[in-house]
Amino acid sequence: MLNRKTIILAVISILVVGLLGTSLSVAATSHEDELSGELEIFSWWAGDEGPALQALIDLYEEKYPDVEVINATVTGGSGVNAKAVLKTRMLGGNPPDSFQVHAGQELIGTWVTADRMEDLTFLFKEEGWMDAFPDELIDLISTEEGIWSVPITIHRSNVMWYIPDNLDEWGIEVPNSWDEFLEIAPELEENGVTPLALGQNWTVNHLWESVALDVLGPDKWEALWEGELAFNSEEGVAVWEKLDEIMEYVNDDYSSLSWQQATDLVVEGDAAFNVMGDWAAGYMDTTLELEPKEGFGWAASPGTEGEFMLLSDSFGLPKGAPNRENTIAFLKLLGSKEGSDTFNPLKGSISPRLDSDLSKYSVYSQSAAEDFSSDRLVGSLAHGAVANEGFMNAFADVMEIFLDSRDPERAANAAQAIAKQNGIQ
Amino acid sequence: MKFNSDKTVALMMLLPSLILIGIFVYGFIGQTVYVSLTDWGQGAALAENPEINLIGLKNYGELFSGFLNSRFRQDLVNAIFYTVFLVSGALGIGLILAILLDRGPKGESVFRTIFLYPMSLSFIVTGTIWRWLLAPRGGVNKLPELVGLPGFGFRWLNSRRSILNFNWQNLPQITAIVVGGVFLFIAFRQWRRGLKNKGLFSLIPTGILFLWAFWGARFTPEILPTPEQHGFNLAAIGIIITAIWQYSGYTMALYLAGLRGISEDLREAARLDGANQFQYYFNVAIPILKPMTMSAIIILAHISLKMFALIFAMTGPDNAQTSHPAVLMYLTTFRANNFAKGAAIAVVLFLLVAVFIVPYLISAYRERRA
Repeated sequence: MLNRKTIILAVISILVVGLLGTSLSVAATSHEDELSGELEIFSWWAGDEGPALQALIDLYEEKYPDVEVINATVTGGSGVNAKAVLKTRMLGGNPPDSFQVHAGQELIGTWVTADRMEDLTFLFKEEGWMDAFPDELIDLISTEEGIWSVPITIHRSNVMWYIPDNLDEWGIEVPNSWDEFLEIAPELEENGVTPLALGQNWTVNHLWESVALDVLGPDKWEALWEGELAFNSEEGVAVWEKLDEIMEYVNDDYSSLSWQQATDLVVEGDAAFNVMGDWAAGYMDTTLELEPKEGFGWAASPGTEGEFMLLSDSFGLPKGAPNRENTIAFLKLLGSKEGSDTFNPLKGSISPRLDSDLSKYSVYSQSAAEDFSSDRLVGSLAHGAVANEGFMNAFADVMEIFLDSRDPERAANAAQAIAKQNGIQ
Repeated sequence: MKFNSDKTVALMMLLPSLILIGIFVYGFIGQTVYVSLTDWGQGAALAENPEINLIGLKNYGELFSGFLNSRFRQDLVNAIFYTVFLVSGALGIGLILAILLDRGPKGESVFRTIFLYPMSLSFIVTGTIWRWLLAPRGGVNKLPELVGLPGFGFRWLNSRRSILNFNWQNLPQITAIVVGGVFLFIAFRQWRRGLKNKGLFSLIPTGILFLWAFWGARFTPEILPTPEQHGFNLAAIGIIITAIWQYSGYTMALYLAGLRGISEDLREAARLDGANQFQYYFNVAIPILKPMTMSAIIILAHISLKMFALIFAMTGPDNAQTSHPAVLMYLTTFRANNFAKGAAIAVVLFLLVAVFIVPYLISAYRERRA
């Protein structure tokens, strides 16, 4: 029975190696610089963002040469596939050491309420992060029970993009409010220019939050998410009414365009403006090779000057992470100035820290970092900061209801109903 | 029944696969049905020991008559249109191609490969290619410009127009009329066969259903508080074209094999009786191909009820115009963490597939026994 012997031998050797691995990582806990074993990082940063993550991993491996980093990525924009894989892994009792998640309610509503995350308050106090990050950001990633993830990037959602030369040619200025936009839009349309370029469903959600920030203002925007202002209140309906007016001036093929294609419309001079997050700066700067400020211009989306609607990628510490100490070392690196300034310039985002070295960043990022340190900060809906996943998923359907019916009252009522259903109102 | 060693060996051989199928197919179907009857998905759905309560058929009730689940109802309507168009389109085009090839043109094997090739691609690949072809500002829409004509303006994948609209509130009446019509048909057939008593008996449900649909319905409560229009979204045309493109080669192969299997004698006989080519195919060949048609319908129908990848690749997850219950099931389960409702959608899809498969299995079983 040679076969059986081989199998038994194999099982034993697996067990031994496994035990050895765990005992090694337990032994390593006392000396930080002697960390060893493995570290599995789960993210959706492949493609364009891959090099940034690799740079961060290289930095980690330099500091802890004995740790083997496993870079587990599942591709797909906004983590649409990665999140599903993560959920099956967590439910199956096989959590990665750390995983990428949008900071805020996307993490809290799913993983913190499920009691799957460790409180990181101790790390924030130890590393002096309470002062390094702005208070509003810490509020977004905390509940009363603790702080739940370490933010690594900051992106701005409420940005309006345009081509300065084209605006000169058409003789228009960047509008300061959506009402101003609606005044200049008919003329643009008469000249055969689409006033506002738009893409598929989620970019309409993205537009909605910029419009809402203008119509409601930051205080009422926050009240909406704290359940103090109803979605079908007078102000709530007004947001949809404004969006309804704006939708008259967008390209009619929006629902099959990606956000890049919507940006292309602006760059090619077919459209005047586009509201998109500031990853569009990286696209125009790096991919299309336009000169920032001269080749492409930006401003806060109409009526939101002085307000910074943010979204942030972050990493947390799941309970039962196989290599806890290695993970904590990784989180420390993420939150450090060094780690942050290594990752963000390559990714095209800005650092959540207020003391980052701006000389490493692009022209756009420098201006965004300046706004980040002085503006009023609020969280984004479309990118997971202010609402849980249940609400976000249902909101996409509410948007489809609106786009089909173009009935602001109905959309506002539906939004209120899903807010109730998902515990926001 | 006595066990002999032959039977024991056979049973032993089958046992592993019986156990595995029992667990991984039927066990999980049972698990899904169970989950669909719970409220798993509220709050801490992903906790280690989530609180799960049985709530009966509430999830199904919400899907079919809840204010917030209008997307599911549109998706269901879409799925039915996808099935009807994919099956009829692929059968029709496949049959035409098969008849053309059956006549033995030059380079037949080349054409056969070309027509069959799309089937070997995955839905994601086909979807991506056709998304580019059907892009609003490129591909097919630009073709006429090559010869100096103005381009097409049709929105293959993002039209917001829909036709054949009906009000979901009228669904019970529509169902009653359809079912009543079936009973009427049965009654008519029995009456013609001379079974007058049975025929009259079948008229009773017809009468009740029609009476309720045309008169009694106003006294029963509406299934939805407000009217809700659903119909065939023109944006789905792009997806239907792609699916037909992919699968008509497959039906062609089925039909061609069938046509080649018809003996030369029959063709000769038909010709001697004075049938022309058209009459030969229509009156002789196609009736013989009935088994191929049946299995093609089953396979295409269940593909169209599971159509996920194609839609995901062509119009993305959130495009309700072209969406499908399978897409919604994925989003509800893995994006919204609403496992119970996702399971309920899965069960509805499962039942729809069963509607096609079960009668087929029964008839196949009977045939084999006979």
